Amino acid sequence: MLPDNLREHPVAAAVEAFDADAVSAGKYDRKELTLETPPAKLVSVCGFLKYDRKFVRLSTVTAVDRYPAEPRFEVVYHLHAIEPHQRLRLKCRLRGEDPVIESVTSVWRSADWYEREVFDLFGIQFVNHPDLRRILLPDDWEGHPLRKDYPVTGTRV
Amino acid sequence: MSAPETPQPTAAAAEGAQPQSGPRRMVLNMGPQHPSTHGVLRLVLDLDGETIVHCQLDIGYLHTGIEKEFEVKLYQQAVPLTDRVDYLAPLSMNLGYCLAVEKLLGLEIPPQAQWMRVMLTELTRLNSHLVWLGTHALDIGAMSVFLYCFREREDILRIFEMFSGQRMMTSYFRIGGLALEPPRGWHERVKKFIDVFPSRIDEYEDLLTSNGIWIGRTQGVGVMALEDMLDLGVTGPMLRAAGLKIDARKDEPYSSYEKFDFEVPTRTESDVYARYQVRMEEMRQSVRIVRQAMDGMPSGPWKAEDQHVVLPDREKMKTQMEALIYHFKIVTEGFRVPEGEVYQAIESPRGELGFYVVSDGTAKPYRVHMRTPSFGNLQGVPKMVEGSLLANVIASIGSMDFVLGDTDR
Repeated sequence: MLPDNLREHPVAAAVEAFDADAVSAGKYDRKELTLETPPAKLVSVCGFLKYDRKFVRLSTVTAVDRYPAEPRFEVVYHLHAIEPHQRLRLKCRLRGEDPVIESVTSVWRSADWYEREVFDLFGIQFVNHPDLRRILLPDDWEGHPLRKDYPVTGTRV
Repeated sequence: MSAPETPQPTAAAAEGAQPQSGPRRMVLNMGPQHPSTHGVLRLVLDLDGETIVHCQLDIGYLHTGIEKEFEVKLYQQAVPLTDRVDYLAPLSMNLGYCLAVEKLLGLEIPPQAQWMRVMLTELTRLNSHLVWLGTHALDIGAMSVFLYCFREREDILRIFEMFSGQRMMTSYFRIGGLALEPPRGWHERVKKFIDVFPSRIDEYEDLLTSNGIWIGRTQGVGVMALEDMLDLGVTGPMLRAAGLKIDARKDEPYSSYEKFDFEVPTRTESDVYARYQVRMEEMRQSVRIVRQAMDGMPSGPWKAEDQHVVLPDREKMKTQMEALIYHFKIVTEGFRVPEGEVYQAIESPRGELGFYVVSDGTAKPYRVHMRTPSFGNLQGVPKMVEGSLLANVIASIGSMDFVLGDTDR
């Protein structure tokens, strides 16, 4: 459900009008709009935002690990509309065991490397990604360093 | 040039497998150690004769886990980490990070600090563009430009040294303002440089702009459609050379850029030459901004008045007990940043630099993600070089002006 204080916001209201179930939460904080969407709705919401609301750029895709809380992962998408200039943060929450989400490479090709990076460093799987391999770390690397349960220092025994 | 008729190779080609067929087909590994890749980048090129059929990039050779390291540093301790990401534009990195944390804190920055930040980041842009121009021209064969560019770059590095004590890893912007009071005599020093520099730009242009070899190697090379670039995440001068007037300094002004008068240069050809023209004009615009900042520099404090966040002056520390206590608290425990998340985008010399900082209310960042322009721009390389000649790869990737530290983080 869209929070009441966001009903006035044109983008939030438009997403709500597009699909009443597409927004599970949202906030407008420090002049930045964040919308949360259920993982199942992600690709359709992204398509709507790109083609109907002119968010032609996907600035970046990243993730936040809330370990040990559940749902553990937040996959965060930063969208950018050029004319008029606008930014939007889109979020999906995923549970810790076997995190899987649909890839948005079909909407923006730039998602390719960003999703590979999230897969590499967080171990989140992207379904329908054209080439899901590690990108920054070697292929035989064990573990996913940006997870909170991955140590910063130490010797492997 | 006609499009290659041979079928597209699969990813297996990149792993050293034989090219699919024909005596003209071969797989060429460019890099990771290659002078024209400006760092450690590996390009796997599938060639048909001299035509590139398929290009695949291999990055990560400079990955140092900086984003992980942010999570174990206090907020103010993380500033030096940002220098090391894009080492050709350290002050832009400092600025992006400081602005993001200041946005989380809701901290008001005094005008002098803001203007000083603008002046120094524009000098950083000049510094970065000079390295780009020198190495790009060197790649294409114009050696003297490289020497000229590094001569002027030296002057800028000396200015940085004067301000921060460091030539490259400056860490001069801190959360809440500047690290040190601007040094005595900075105005004359910057003025001396900025008075001479426009004539130096003319010098580079004399060597290149109407040079037949330069034009032959750059015009019509590395052409890429604007739609492809937007879709692939390319930003900065690349987009402006394709006709899109996009610049975070104008679209979402930060650090009082709205008070400065400057143009955003654009071209429409979207080739290597157009990118060259855009960056040359950007240098002239940066000179304008530096001059305005220098002449109109507001007086007053150079750091914010928040004793919980900003270190006290040395004299106060020695005379006031309270100042000493705050100094001790900031150095040992840091300061708490209210819970929340921000995305701060700035216009780095390479394009959109974004800092996504998540705070959980403690003194260390919960998560810092850097949307670095080089990472986004490099995704466009295959689209740009496929179908062109091998020799044009050098000119094409040179026109992107990427830094591998910025890509791999």
